[in-house]
Amino acid sequence: MNSSGKTPFLEVRNLEVKYGNITALHGISFVVEKGEIVTLIGANGAGKTTTLHSITRLPPPEAPKVSAGDILINGQSILKTAAHDVVRNLHCALAPEGRHIFGNLTVTENLTLATFSRPKTDDLNHDYDHVFELFPRLAERRNQRSESLSGGEQQMLAVGRALMSGCTFLMLDEPSMGLAPLLMYDMFRALKRLNEDGMTILLIEQNAKLALDFAHRGYLLETGEIILSGDAAQLLQNPEIHKAYLG
Amino acid sequence: MLDTFLQNLLNAMQWGSFYSLIALGYTLVYGVLRLINFAHGDIVMVGAYIAFFISSALLGKYGMPQVMPGWAVLALTIPLTMVLTSLVGVTIERIAYRPLRRKGAHRLYVVITALMAGLVLENGNLLLLGASRKKFPEMIDKVVYKFGAIYVTNLKVGVILTSILSFIVLHFIITRTKVGMAMRAISYDKFAIPLMGIPVDVVIVFTFVLGSAMAGLAGILFALSYPILDPYMGMSIGWKAFIAAVVGGIGDIRGAFVGGFILGIIEISVVAVFPSSYRDLIAFSILLVILTLKPTGLFGVPHTTKI
Repeated sequence: MNSSGKTPFLEVRNLEVKYGNITALHGISFVVEKGEIVTLIGANGAGKTTTLHSITRLPPPEAPKVSAGDILINGQSILKTAAHDVVRNLHCALAPEGRHIFGNLTVTENLTLATFSRPKTDDLNHDYDHVFELFPRLAERRNQRSESLSGGEQQMLAVGRALMSGCTFLMLDEPSMGLAPLLMYDMFRALKRLNEDGMTILLIEQNAKLALDFAHRGYLLETGEIILSGDAAQLLQNPEIHKAYLG
Repeated sequence: MLDTFLQNLLNAMQWGSFYSLIALGYTLVYGVLRLINFAHGDIVMVGAYIAFFISSALLGKYGMPQVMPGWAVLALTIPLTMVLTSLVGVTIERIAYRPLRRKGAHRLYVVITALMAGLVLENGNLLLLGASRKKFPEMIDKVVYKFGAIYVTNLKVGVILTSILSFIVLHFIITRTKVGMAMRAISYDKFAIPLMGIPVDVVIVFTFVLGSAMAGLAGILFALSYPILDPYMGMSIGWKAFIAAVVGGIGDIRGAFVGGFILGIIEISVVAVFPSSYRDLIAFSILLVILTLKPTGLFGVPHTTKI
């Protein structure tokens, strides 16, 4: 429950995660409301990716065991939900770090694969059009093997693929990594549009300035703990963040 | 001279068909799981025995009445055997491989488990049915077609056409269906499969269904051609088909298909020239040379895409 008494869309509650004997997350808590853009910022190794992988419920070794705490979607714990059901039934999708596109498949096949578990009644043509309109470069390369795409195009494909899974909640792990500045702005413009159409977004970024400019709210993660949180605009002004992450 | 060549080529195609069908099963499982399923040859043997019992029952053994002609028995035995053999394959996956996968065991242990599963099938058969060989029933009358000096039996034509047709169907599934796409995708990046809302286990089970059904089919066709069954029949042909899959480029179904025929052609060519006891020595020396020249196999690409 948050301050307004409503159940938040996503609530991470005192989440503790261990890799063997090493604790990666020391009981972190945060919420994401429907329609929000929230960002987790922090340095390499702070536990950002671990957090996202825990929410996606990926099987080990990708996602480690949750040793304490809970993850709730619409007030329901998802700790016992299988990874594919998080996508299929809860409509939460991840565009993972390093993109993980299927390089041996074409662009269209990558997108089609993401519709694997969707009901036959869904209007997939509308979704393909939507993705191709959002990322016109993918439309141009739709029959190309996706390993031949540039890094930026692969990132677009990773996001497009997540959209094709029919998600209403999109998690993004370092979408700016390795992107030329121009492509990066294209990408974030597209994400902004998605959010304006109702997509809830949880963004992980090392580029704190970029992330805070884009998000509504933010959390600062440091070695497995949340040490600061607040409105993105406030965080941008915060002297500590300024010193450590914005230079 | 040409007649002899064509006659031998047909024989080679028939042997190649067995190898190809079996090699497809190895390559499918390898493509998806990176597992060399060493029980696969024994699944061929199980398929042959399943076909033996089904066809015997339908032909009026075990106190059953025979209600249909031989060709109908065969037409019914083939799909039933494929279904039951795929159940055997899926069961092995479920009880032997999956628990190891869940625990994140190293691939080596899964391969050893596969070897043991094969031995269990062989010796389980020995225990249940005894060491005596079984004579596979004749369901269809042999018809010999004569083209000039070349003789072709209906069985030979049937075997070759079946294996080609199976490959076409399999190729269609792999390239055109969503589950086939998922199989190719898994071989490239297993991590992202659940992120697409795809249950990994469903894809794996489907792979074992396909591979074992092919093994069952190979078992019937082999038993029809060489109608003596024994518990160890799958071992030698299984090993050879595995080698054929590797030479073709394991993980790629075109490789398995072509590799099987190459092995068949090489074996028959050797026998055509040398005494038949030289067959395996010379055939595998040739394959060794092919692998030395192209270690990833004919269709293999190092490290990247498989299936």
